[in-house]
Amino acid sequence: MPDLMARAPEPMQERLPDPPLLHLLLPKWLTARARATAQSRGKGARVAILAVTGLLFWAFIFGVLARLLTYFRGVQEIGELMAGKLLGLVLLGFTSLLLLSSVITALSSFFLARDLDTLVAAPVDWLRLYGAKLLETFVASSWMVLLVSVPLFMAYGLVYDGGFRFPLIVVATMLPLITIPVTVGTAVTLILVNVFPARRTRDILSVIAVLAAGGLVLLFRLLRPEQLARPEGFRDLVEFISLLRTPTSPFLPSEWAQQMVMGALTDEVPWLSLYLLWSTMGGVLVLGALLHRRGYLAGFSRAQESAHRQVAERGSLTRLLHRVLAPLGVLRRELLLKEIRVFFRDTTQWSQLILLGVLVVVYVYNIKFLPLTGPGITFFLVNIVPFLNLALAGFVLASIAARFIFPAVSLEGRTLWLLRSSPMRVRDLLWAKYWVGTVPLLVLALGIVGVTNHLLQVSSFMVIVSLGTITLLTVALAAMAIGFGTLFPQFETENAAQIPTSFGGLLYMMASIGVIAGVIILEARPVYSYLSAQAFGTTADPTEMVLGFGAAAVLCLVVTFVPIRIALTRLEAVER
Amino acid sequence: MIELRQLTKRYGTFTAVDRIDLTVGSGELFGFLGPNGAGKTTTLRMIAGILRPTSGSIRIAGVDLLQDPVAAKAKLGFIPDRPFIYEKLTGAEFLRFVAGLYDQAGPEVEHRTRELLSLFDLEEWRDELVESYSHGMRQKLIISSAFVHRPAVIVVDEPMVGLDPKAARILKDLFREYTRRGHTIIFSTHTLEVAESLCDRVAIIAQGTIRAAGTMAELRRDLAEGEEGLERIFLRLTGENAARNLVDVLDA
Repeated sequence: MPDLMARAPEPMQERLPDPPLLHLLLPKWLTARARATAQSRGKGARVAILAVTGLLFWAFIFGVLARLLTYFRGVQEIGELMAGKLLGLVLLGFTSLLLLSSVITALSSFFLARDLDTLVAAPVDWLRLYGAKLLETFVASSWMVLLVSVPLFMAYGLVYDGGFRFPLIVVATMLPLITIPVTVGTAVTLILVNVFPARRTRDILSVIAVLAAGGLVLLFRLLRPEQLARPEGFRDLVEFISLLRTPTSPFLPSEWAQQMVMGALTDEVPWLSLYLLWSTMGGVLVLGALLHRRGYLAGFSRAQESAHRQVAERGSLTRLLHRVLAPLGVLRRELLLKEIRVFFRDTTQWSQLILLGVLVVVYVYNIKFLPLTGPGITFFLVNIVPFLNLALAGFVLASIAARFIFPAVSLEGRTLWLLRSSPMRVRDLLWAKYWVGTVPLLVLALGIVGVTNHLLQVSSFMVIVSLGTITLLTVALAAMAIGFGTLFPQFETENAAQIPTSFGGLLYMMASIGVIAGVIILEARPVYSYLSAQAFGTTADPTEMVLGFGAAAVLCLVVTFVPIRIALTRLEAVER
Repeated sequence: MIELRQLTKRYGTFTAVDRIDLTVGSGELFGFLGPNGAGKTTTLRMIAGILRPTSGSIRIAGVDLLQDPVAAKAKLGFIPDRPFIYEKLTGAEFLRFVAGLYDQAGPEVEHRTRELLSLFDLEEWRDELVESYSHGMRQKLIISSAFVHRPAVIVVDEPMVGLDPKAARILKDLFREYTRRGHTIIFSTHTLEVAESLCDRVAIIAQGTIRAAGTMAELRRDLAEGEEGLERIFLRLTGENAARNLVDVLDA
């Protein structure tokens, strides 16, 4: 072996390495490109379905908005004000959403991402690191807002004849409007991480974010904005117009953006608004960078420390669960206990239950205020509404199943080695996941339908039909969630909230809507016959009743067992 | 205790494991050596029932793993090289859960849990969530989980990775004592000293095939290496010539 030490290089003055910002983003770009160009089975179909769904979504938003704006444009005096108010509301919603999502995204991109060890250890200038990570946070938290913005501004531009200048003005307006909340959100995260350990911050943030979102939804609904659309409720037109003319929040960037866009569409462009947007963006960027320089390394160092969380050994709840689950045997009991523990100790999982609770309250609230009394409201109408309500409740339940049951198998990806090498049957694992998801979903389903039935004061026949249907639908939707979740697993995704937005999640929602529609269509005929018979004093045909309800029940049972069966075969073949 | 017959695993056109025949007896501590990408992990994951072989058979304690996977896996414990476990369970809960997978519960499991956690200095951490464990602590917890249900066969992929010297020493003693009681352990390692000092027999695998298998004395005799150590035998069988090229590499 030669003397390698003799060849050690002479110390010399070297230029310090200074990787440019784009170089820091290169791995992200290359990953995205590799993912986009990778060939996999069924990719073409997947892209096609996604493209069609995306286009339909855009067309839907564009269609609704264009119709509304055309109507506004036809209304003298207040039409333009209403369009501006609507845009202001939407942009305010965008900035609030962006602020919330960037706070959470920044926690991951600045403090918990796996590439940070390499980047922080590398000779990278602090400002470059800030820029790269801010850009990453910007893209990750704003893509959804940008997607929705396209049909929104298209509708405004086309209805109000924005011309060629309009898209440029929109881009110049939206860039600072998005950058400001993203930078502020990132700074909030930096401060929080310096106060709490990063992992505990994630817990706190997810609860705060969900509480804030839930509070916003609830507040918005309880204000009953539909009253705004009824000018007759105001004392006079002047009062209504003056309300519309008043800026909702003159110091918020969303208001400046609204003035900018509406100004560009109607009369003179208010350049002051654009100046305010850009200067504010510059200000928050400088402040954000300074804050990053001062606190990032300390925060990153804290983020490496884990949050200690001691758990009481065999608390009273655990003992109770042990006793309740004892008849299932050791294996099933331990599987169920594990599912329950893992779910409730992961705040990113259960915190969304708060939002769910809020949505359910809003749903029931809407049903409560349905105008189903008074002249012209027949027995027939009162009873048909709860039947159609089933379709809506089914959709709500499918969304909940997509969020909580669909990711169940994917979340097992990293620990699959343990389950696969043990003598446990895959069937036991799937059924444990199924029941842990289905029982609470069923309680919720029966609660929603029971309460709404009570509020609508429906007949006992409709109570039985709706409760029976929702039970079968819940059982089927949960099984489909497990089935689709296993067929399209996202084993590498750590964040459960991202899993339902995958291609498989989209397919699940489409299939669920199909099943809900199928059940409603199959039951429509017997329900109609029964209600007609009640209304006109005749008797309903029993064969029609048995056939209709029977076919719906068979459909539900088939979509309960077939997906689980397919999932079983698929999971048994998974090699990880 | 472990019998592999013509065991093969292909990924598309790439053959990771090529018609391996191997028998590991009761009470034997068997080492599986080979360079990176030689097929060690693939073979061990097939024995653990995680990967399905393309062809060939695996018998664990006389039970065919492919014909009756549940019965075969009931006799098996597996320790992977990457310690991914449930972040939101405590150490004690995790061990209880693993025992439950093997249909074991009660005072005996509790006793073993206490003993294993204390053996690996994890007793103080038993009620802490796994998310707060270090890499080494997770590895120790996973090792404990393979012993908690007292399997007849333990399959271990890179056991010493991430362990401190004390834990590594404990593990070696544990392996030896466990096999002395008639159980079987098969493990892969890159640390040739560990294999040389610990194993009853070793197999050297390269490019998916077993190049040599036997006791150290048998390998030396078959390869006419005199009193040379395992490193020389390993390099000769796996075609490594790194030392010769080092100068070229560093001069480049």
